[in-house]
Amino acid sequence: MAENKNNTDNKLTAKDFKSDQEVRWCPGCGDHAIMAAIQKSLPEMGHPKENFTFISGIGCSSRFPYYMDTYGFHSIHGRAAAIASGTKTSNPELSVWQVTGDGDSLAIGGNHFIHTVRRNIDINIVIFNNEIYGLTKGQYSPTSKLGAKTKTSPYGTIENPFHPGELVIGSQGKFFARSVDNNIKLNQEIFLEAEKHKGTSVVEILQNCVIYNDKTHAVIADKKYKDERQIVLRHGEKMIFGSERNKGIVLDGLKLKVVEIGKDGYTEDDILVHDATEPNPGVHQMLANMRYPEYPVAVGVIRNVESGTYERKMEEQIKQVQEESEYKCVDDLLNSGSTWEVK
Amino acid sequence: MSKKTDVIEREDVVVRFAGDSGDGMQLTGTLFSDTSAFIGNDLSTFPDYPSEIRAPQGTIGGVSGFQVHFGHKQVNTPGDYADVLVAMNPAALKANSKWVKTGGTIIVDEDSFTDKFLKKAGYETNDPITEDKLDGYNVIKAPISTLTKESLKDVGLDPKSILRSKNMFALGMVYWLFSRPLKYTEQFFEKKFKNKPKVIEANKKVLEAGYHYAETVELLTPTYQISPAEIEKGTYRNIDGNKATAWGFIAAAEKANLKLFCGSYPITPASEILQELSTRRDFGVKTFQAEDEIAGICTALGASFAGSLAVTTTSGPGLALKSEAVGLAVMAELPLVIVDVQRGGPSTGLPTKPEQSDLLQALYGRNGESPVVVMAASTPSNCFKYAFKAAKISVEHMVPVILLTDGFIANGSQPWKIPSMSEYPDIKVPIVSKDEKNWMPYARDPQKLSRTWAIPGTPGFEHRIGGLEKDELKGSVSHDPQNHEKMVNLREEKVQKVKNYIPEQTVDGDEEGDLLVVGWGGTFGHLKTAVDELRKDGFNISLAHFNYIKPLPKNTGEVLSKFKQILVCELNKGQFADYLRMNFPKNEYLKYNKVQGQPFTTIEIKEHIKKLLEG
Repeated sequence: MAENKNNTDNKLTAKDFKSDQEVRWCPGCGDHAIMAAIQKSLPEMGHPKENFTFISGIGCSSRFPYYMDTYGFHSIHGRAAAIASGTKTSNPELSVWQVTGDGDSLAIGGNHFIHTVRRNIDINIVIFNNEIYGLTKGQYSPTSKLGAKTKTSPYGTIENPFHPGELVIGSQGKFFARSVDNNIKLNQEIFLEAEKHKGTSVVEILQNCVIYNDKTHAVIADKKYKDERQIVLRHGEKMIFGSERNKGIVLDGLKLKVVEIGKDGYTEDDILVHDATEPNPGVHQMLANMRYPEYPVAVGVIRNVESGTYERKMEEQIKQVQEESEYKCVDDLLNSGSTWEVK
Repeated sequence: MSKKTDVIEREDVVVRFAGDSGDGMQLTGTLFSDTSAFIGNDLSTFPDYPSEIRAPQGTIGGVSGFQVHFGHKQVNTPGDYADVLVAMNPAALKANSKWVKTGGTIIVDEDSFTDKFLKKAGYETNDPITEDKLDGYNVIKAPISTLTKESLKDVGLDPKSILRSKNMFALGMVYWLFSRPLKYTEQFFEKKFKNKPKVIEANKKVLEAGYHYAETVELLTPTYQISPAEIEKGTYRNIDGNKATAWGFIAAAEKANLKLFCGSYPITPASEILQELSTRRDFGVKTFQAEDEIAGICTALGASFAGSLAVTTTSGPGLALKSEAVGLAVMAELPLVIVDVQRGGPSTGLPTKPEQSDLLQALYGRNGESPVVVMAASTPSNCFKYAFKAAKISVEHMVPVILLTDGFIANGSQPWKIPSMSEYPDIKVPIVSKDEKNWMPYARDPQKLSRTWAIPGTPGFEHRIGGLEKDELKGSVSHDPQNHEKMVNLREEKVQKVKNYIPEQTVDGDEEGDLLVVGWGGTFGHLKTAVDELRKDGFNISLAHFNYIKPLPKNTGEVLSKFKQILVCELNKGQFADYLRMNFPKNEYLKYNKVQGQPFTTIEIKEHIKKLLEG
């Protein structure tokens, strides 16, 4: 039990969010860095500590709530989105975070995932995407690349993977961001944006599983290549990348295209400016779907569109109906409609 | 046919309305029941309808029925056999003639008895009366469709709408037969079709036409007089089991001063609970129509974690899908009420028909040692009381509760003496006290063995719960073998402690005798009627009808031990009998079971008991 600290007076720090439980992820696992970023960003969000609630399903990532000194619920496989939906709808004042993996959220929990996004309940979903089942020791997941050789696909998978961003946008999602586990600074930035956004915020973190799928994201995440193979998107800024900041994204007909500034007649003026708040998801979808080697992989907040949230609409509906209601208490309800006296 | 109209005083009468599923028989039956209730009869109803919304017209599969039993005395069942059957087409006659008392009255719409519809109904001749051996019955062939059209020819409605109101003609006839006033039904039209004066006029006209037709031709002999019932003084209303369940939860939320949250997925025959709760935004009820059964219970559990009074409603197949999350609620030790409105199974089974075959699923249908409180309501109106009690136990003991009802009491209705909420007890919510020091999430109340509830948003009580085994005090993850065994035992003991907070089992009749009839849940009305009637005939029998199943009331063993024989009657293959045998192995348990997707009939129970006792 943590000591009772008056959270509104004292500024919270990352340390306030560390629980007394020993962290049991494998050494070198990407989860450690993601947790560090979350713990660093929570004090910046302006909520009292007791309002943070972390909810998870099953999998390596889902052990997350145990390591956080907040309210937490480690639930059952795939169901965290539904549980978090109930928690947030019940008490809209809470800052509700769902921590999940690619299997938990997109396989067994796929149905809850798309419906939560569709309803636009104001929860933050952080998907640790390592493209593998870690806790069950190395079977392929719904995000494993086509052909991936795993314990249950010794000859390579024969099914196409889900891309979380595509699924979010296809489910009418209003917020999607992507990052890489070890980019703690960018991740902090993204978590703050996710929390600020009213509605379901989905953050995909490309996370390395050092044991069962090591270096699956290395081709873009490795320090040697990351400037060339990742593009950091920020709202209102030009889509420029490259170690020499000389490459950019332009719209070529109906497709995105990578160009070199100063080459083939392209100038900086031709480079697209990122507008995360554009309701039309067309460009966001193309940005989310950019894959190496044809494109750099987009990281940062790709889509951030404000729209009414489920739990607020419910509160408003209740308020409206109550204002017009003739009932003050249950006795009124029981005696409503057709009744008769027996004398 | 006799032209003389005799008036017969009767204690009780059963009327069955039957027609195509589009003929409006449910409404007709409901309106007749309401009028009977308003003039002071006690009654019980049973809608019996197909699972298809509109099965092929004129076929047996598409027949929808509504039976109402009303009387001068207390009425406990919708009745076995009908005194009067209204059959709107040949299929309705074919499907229902076997449910009419020998010599009873059958009203048919003769216009629908064409070759085509006779054939569709499966009649081989064009004389269904002889074919069904109904010659000794009082069969009234009325040209209902023709007269409906005739009476509405000047109203200016389209032919389809005109024909749709023929059920009101039949209702008018039945009103005359039982000397019922038309005004309650007319008031219903005025309210229902507020902005459609033409429709109000048409319905009134047809209803009156039916009434006057019956009066003029005086061919309905005899007419019946049922005096108002001698029932307790008070204000009454009609209520069905699903609405009573929904209201019971709203009442519990008021007493507990908690927000009510219902996470559910529509399923027959439970959907009306979710529907009623969705209407109750005026009571601040939050309903969440989830994407599936699993999300239904999981959103509810998430809401419980956040401090709501949480419920989820379903039927057998849905309970199967929810079982993993019920286990999580067991482990997390959060309050949650799961309503299972039972229907015929297994699998999709008989969605609209009653059965009691989910008992063992409710008790044991989960992985691991996963005890929950199991209760059952036994009449449409006491669904209110048991929903309230389920919520009270769940919150006060921090334990999931499964409340069993069934399609029979969920859809059936009866007059209900409206209680005052002041008669209901408070619900004490075990919320952590804000100044408590050294609080531990799994520390327990010594009497109830329940933990306390620390709700997100409460400063200083941040903690983690979950599905992994918990340390017995701190609630952190523990794989310790001794701790696991201790926790398994504690969770079971916690459920058993509920025994100290529920009433003792009562016996209807003497406390000892030749035979104890045992039942549970929705069969109460039939068992009570059968036992009462046999006691009047001098049989030395009693009834013990259970509402609390896990834990069983404290005195259960004692109650059972005082009878020479025990007969457990259930609409399943003997699940409660086996459960009793497991708990009290020394007794011998005879079983009487029925799995036809239909309620018991009083007659078959009586016959079985007589045979048993008379050898």
